[in-house]
Amino acid sequence: MTAIEPITAPEVAAPVLATGSGFVVELEAFSGPLDLLLHLLREEQLEIADIPIARIADQFLQAVHELGLNQAADYLDMASRLVRLKVQMLLPRNAEEDGWEDPRAELVRRLLEYQQIREVAVWLGRAAERRAEQFARGYLPPAPALPPPPLTLNLLDLLSAIDRVIASIPSPVLHRVVARPLDVESATRRIEHLLADLEEIRWQDALGSGATIVDVLSTLLALLELAKRGSLRLLQPTPFSPMVIARESPRTAA
Amino acid sequence: MSPLAQLLEAALFSACRPLTAEELATLDSDASPADVRVALEQLREHYDFNQHGVELVEMAGGYQILTRPIHAAAIERAQFTVRAPKLTAATLETLSVIAYRQPVGRLEIEEIRGVSAGGVLRSLQERGLIEVVGRSEALGRPLLYGTTALFLELLGLRDLADLPKAEELTIALQPHPATTDGSDDAAAYVEAES
Repeated sequence: MTAIEPITAPEVAAPVLATGSGFVVELEAFSGPLDLLLHLLREEQLEIADIPIARIADQFLQAVHELGLNQAADYLDMASRLVRLKVQMLLPRNAEEDGWEDPRAELVRRLLEYQQIREVAVWLGRAAERRAEQFARGYLPPAPALPPPPLTLNLLDLLSAIDRVIASIPSPVLHRVVARPLDVESATRRIEHLLADLEEIRWQDALGSGATIVDVLSTLLALLELAKRGSLRLLQPTPFSPMVIARESPRTAA
Repeated sequence: MSPLAQLLEAALFSACRPLTAEELATLDSDASPADVRVALEQLREHYDFNQHGVELVEMAGGYQILTRPIHAAAIERAQFTVRAPKLTAATLETLSVIAYRQPVGRLEIEEIRGVSAGGVLRSLQERGLIEVVGRSEALGRPLLYGTTALFLELLGLRDLADLPKAEELTIALQPHPATTDGSDDAAAYVEAES
């Protein structure tokens, strides 16, 4: 059971690896140097416990050679470890020597540990997939409004847009304002003149004939002003009856 | 169904996360924790016995009403909802290490996986699947990570004890791993002998 088990994470595509003339490695297919190492061992049907370090190290370096340098930092670290192991294995040793420790032990331990993690990872992946088959009732926030697309227009578009905006402005309604000044002075004079002769006059008399709206207003203001000054009295004998404009009595008496 | 079971059904229906038995017990001051468990069992049986399209699922320390897997494809086809995206190999491996070794620091994760883990750790933390649970006493007092309730929710696990036991795994850390009985899920995808 120490033989390399073919562990394949479901989302990992089968790595393209052409043995013989050299490796073609799809980096994305491996999640790290340990994964690549396991893959190589699997390809060669080798046992983790007894890795032929020299062979595997060469194959690993060959594989790393195909990888982009910026992506290969983790792989280069492993490569250097393998090369060191290869050298250590080449050192002459006395078979009867008791103190000799297999320099590969650490790597074997790591590979086994990693394999275990891979197995758990596959288990987790399956659990997540099973869970994803069940939907919870849940509030899904509405998708955020997309930002407005960048403005692209040429001068012609801009000008025609300006034309449309201008056309949509309603033409202003112009009022011609003609000054028609009220002539309160002459109205006052006319009333005073009339009251000089007569004890009392009617509104119609004060107004005179052919009165315009301006004359009416002028006369009204003149009457009110004169009444305020006490020059005359405004009387209305009964409701809605014509107004009587009377000369102020005290002055008459005087 | 008992009135309590009906109340629990309404509460579970209204929630969009698993509710714990303790939370559910607050719905009715007269209900004991035992009453709640009985009512939950009643609700589960009700869904199962009457073959409802939903079922009561126990996960992440709580309970939630979920649609049955058999309907997933049709619901997805109609685009009423979307399946959670698959997790990448790097994500799964990192989660595996953290789930079994927690609390665990970045260095140990990188040592086991043989690759730098900063980016994956950050994204897992952003997704709320792992969290900082403390600091190591080691030099520099590095952060220690652990899995969250959301991690259990994502995998549909009741708690961490639902993870396969070390002895259930095909590859154990012993030099001569014991052969598995082949009954567990993990054995299904591993060829027995090469």
